[in-house]
Amino acid sequence: MKAPRMRHPGLLVLAVILAVLPFVLTNAYYLDVAIKIALNAVVVIGLNLLVGYTGQISLGHAAFFGMGAYGSAVLTSHFGWPALAALAAGAATTGLLAFILARPVLKLKGHTLAMATLGLGIIIAMVINNESQWTGGPDGLAVPAFGLLGMDISGETQWYAVAAILLLLVTWGALNLIGSPAGRALQAIHGSEVAARVAGIDTTRFKVRVFVLSAVLASIAGSISAHYIGFITPNMAGFFHSIELVTMVVVGGSASIFGSIIGAALLTILPQFLSAFEGWETVVFGMILILCMIFLPRGLVPSIAAKLRKARG
Amino acid sequence: MLTIKNLDKHFGGVKAVQDISFTIAKGSIHAVIGPNGAGKTTLFNLITGVYTPSAGEILLRGENVAGMSPDALARRGMSRTFQNLQVCMNMSAIDNVMVGAHLLLNQGMFAGMLRLPSVRRADAACRDEAASLMDFVGVGRYVNAHATELSYGVLKRLEIARALAAKPQVLLLDEPAAGLNHTETGEVETLIRKVAQTGVTVVLVEHDMKLVMNLSDHILVLDHGKKLAEGTPAEVRANPDVLAAYLGTDLGAQA
Repeated sequence: MKAPRMRHPGLLVLAVILAVLPFVLTNAYYLDVAIKIALNAVVVIGLNLLVGYTGQISLGHAAFFGMGAYGSAVLTSHFGWPALAALAAGAATTGLLAFILARPVLKLKGHTLAMATLGLGIIIAMVINNESQWTGGPDGLAVPAFGLLGMDISGETQWYAVAAILLLLVTWGALNLIGSPAGRALQAIHGSEVAARVAGIDTTRFKVRVFVLSAVLASIAGSISAHYIGFITPNMAGFFHSIELVTMVVVGGSASIFGSIIGAALLTILPQFLSAFEGWETVVFGMILILCMIFLPRGLVPSIAAKLRKARG
Repeated sequence: MLTIKNLDKHFGGVKAVQDISFTIAKGSIHAVIGPNGAGKTTLFNLITGVYTPSAGEILLRGENVAGMSPDALARRGMSRTFQNLQVCMNMSAIDNVMVGAHLLLNQGMFAGMLRLPSVRRADAACRDEAASLMDFVGVGRYVNAHATELSYGVLKRLEIARALAAKPQVLLLDEPAAGLNHTETGEVETLIRKVAQTGVTVVLVEHDMKLVMNLSDHILVLDHGKKLAEGTPAEVRANPDVLAAYLGTDLGAQA
């Protein structure tokens, strides 16, 4: 019998790292950062499918993250829904909204698409800010514990397990998707939309689908983040968070699944280190991003991979 | 196979294509020639659904397909290449060819994410077929290359391989020899003949008169968006209107 070819060696590496990490990171604070990285990475992978692979920008993705977070928070705290049902309802609502908006929005290209998604994000953030009888408005909202299989997830170790498993599943699915006919269709839309259409690809349909998929992933990560952090504010649906997500895609590597994880890790960890610069951290942060873009314009993972390939000849 | 009836296309006041009618027989090689700006590429864009005709009919095996989207036409066996290359530079060479086989595969996103065994098997078969298509068009040694690593001539053929991956019945080639040197043009000529021998109906727009005269069963001559002449290479070459339109060019010299 032929040994099965290892399709995604990187997935195995990721699984090993995720499995070993809790034994290395004995400090609860480090584990907390790791959980945040994993949850951010889920959003960034989804966003990279849309932005990096399909070539459609979105500057409003934090809104979908926020919809998941607030959907879960409101349904569990006001209506006493089970956490998993609230998460599913939040994801379904976000997906439906993304589906309705996708067709008109994705007809646009380039800067106009960026403006439209930006506006969309701002509107959703404003709704969250203003509907204070449900969302608590700018004061934020406390979120009950995350009940799963009859027990409440609590403590960094349990949360880490949830986040790590979710990240591993999403990475696996995204890698599979990229290697599938549907994934090639997405990349072809980025490469040449007219060639894709002539090859029989219903480009509008694929753009809508990947937009919905990335919105749903953001919503799911938002729901889980809300339960983990325990308290949410409208900022997590806001413009700056959207920009942060796109930055993670670009720095880690556009059209790279593992780049998404590296981007999420880097931009989650960096601010923690930069607190030493007291008041100047934003400036240092900006400098690092500028240098990244000058010397590694395709993002960390693809640029380094290309350099390694070249070195090997 | 393909019948065009009274096709019109205007952009604002500009009449790019006016009252064009012609018929293409199954399995033949049909060339569309004419000076720059004669409306050749517009005609291709109309036939493949990239543009919507202002008036007229396009009958593909008896069905009026005028105004259908490119993907609907692809589903009916239409495939094409582009004058200015449209290879996806963000993908590998073989993935580009596999994009051409899109309609023959399971396109579901969930099926793709879960990597269902049926998807896996079909994809592996498609990859083998794409590799042999690359061999067929003569770029087999670039199977593992990325599109960005390939030269212009190779990309031109890769586009033909992608168009063939759809298993088309009609293949439209928009200037397949443009930008190629003498040897490469000869190779493309052989390739087009090989494609036609497999039963695919070939329609090509081309400026290289030697290639057109050697290959074509039938030639349509356009000038200023209108049909100037039509017939076998010998008939077209002897047509005084054509000679007038081409005065001082290769065709004029050849005649």
